[in-house]
Amino acid sequence: MAKIIVVTSGKGGVGKTTSSAAIGTGLALAGKKTVIVDFDIGLRNLDLIMGCERRVVYDFVNVINGEANLKQTLIKDKRVENLFILPASQTRDKDALTRDGVERVLKELSEDFDFIICDSPAGIESGAMMALYFADEAVVVTNPEVSSVRDSDRIIGMLSSKSQRAEHGKDGIKEHLLLTRYNPERVLKGEMLSVEDVKEILAIELIGVIPESQAVLNASNSGQPVILDKDSDAGQAYLDTVQRLLGETRPFRFLTVEKKGFIKRIFGG
Amino acid sequence: MSLLDYFRSTKKNTASTAKERLQIIVAHERKRRSGPDYLPQMERDILEVIRKYVDIPADQIAVSLEQRSDELSVLELNVTFPDDKR
Repeated sequence: MAKIIVVTSGKGGVGKTTSSAAIGTGLALAGKKTVIVDFDIGLRNLDLIMGCERRVVYDFVNVINGEANLKQTLIKDKRVENLFILPASQTRDKDALTRDGVERVLKELSEDFDFIICDSPAGIESGAMMALYFADEAVVVTNPEVSSVRDSDRIIGMLSSKSQRAEHGKDGIKEHLLLTRYNPERVLKGEMLSVEDVKEILAIELIGVIPESQAVLNASNSGQPVILDKDSDAGQAYLDTVQRLLGETRPFRFLTVEKKGFIKRIFGG
Repeated sequence: MSLLDYFRSTKKNTASTAKERLQIIVAHERKRRSGPDYLPQMERDILEVIRKYVDIPADQIAVSLEQRSDELSVLELNVTFPDDKR
């Protein structure tokens, strides 16, 4: 049985797809058979972030409608063993995802995979609800910024009331906070909410803090999940996050302003 | 305020303003979420009735439902009348 993890946020542009790609890739690197499912019907982008946009033949909706099977549709990653992508459809039909259809596909994936990462669309419409409905765990991606924190709180409310686990009276979805685009320098200046501030407001367990980093744009430009850039701060922060998801305890890094050494100050870096 | 404070008291930093604002709005929205679905509509209806008699702005009414125990919930209605309308 696979563990289903939804990557969600409410607000758009906070790093859901970047995080889905990084976490999914990280789990596969750790030897877990992983599939990342793009739930953003009509606005497919996971393929681009994963660098497999030219290999999409069939999509999620084709599988639901029985026009293709999973084997034909899943895209196998060429860099990492055990990693697959299920692309979203570009249809404009918002109701293309039915709950029964999604359940059937997730069930079939469950038999074969260790982890299913559901990359949620922004908002609180049906696509986002569908992405979280069957989840066992949730990664709530939040930027240290007022609108993102408020929307995250809204989504946390939905995780605890609108999921299958909630409806069936099972143990609730395990919620994790992933703080992204964190800038310790601005926090120090009092211009940005700190990790502690966001933790206190949202009151869920912290799974990772990803620093604001040039590596993220570079990674998406070239279609490489940022976690593969192992020398970068963001890549390392995602590696730590994945280890925590797998049950390890790791100290949080990149939370304080790094003092620039003499050499760095001269040559940059 | 001491002289030292005067020099220190630059503008209050925006992060703490953000935190305070968030704490208030999040608490407010959580309360609303946990209440029954009919509460917002009931709030509007009550406001309409009161407005038949006194002209008060919408933000001068606060309705909350508090669960005191398993068997007891208290509906609290708070209406602030403007001074000249009493």
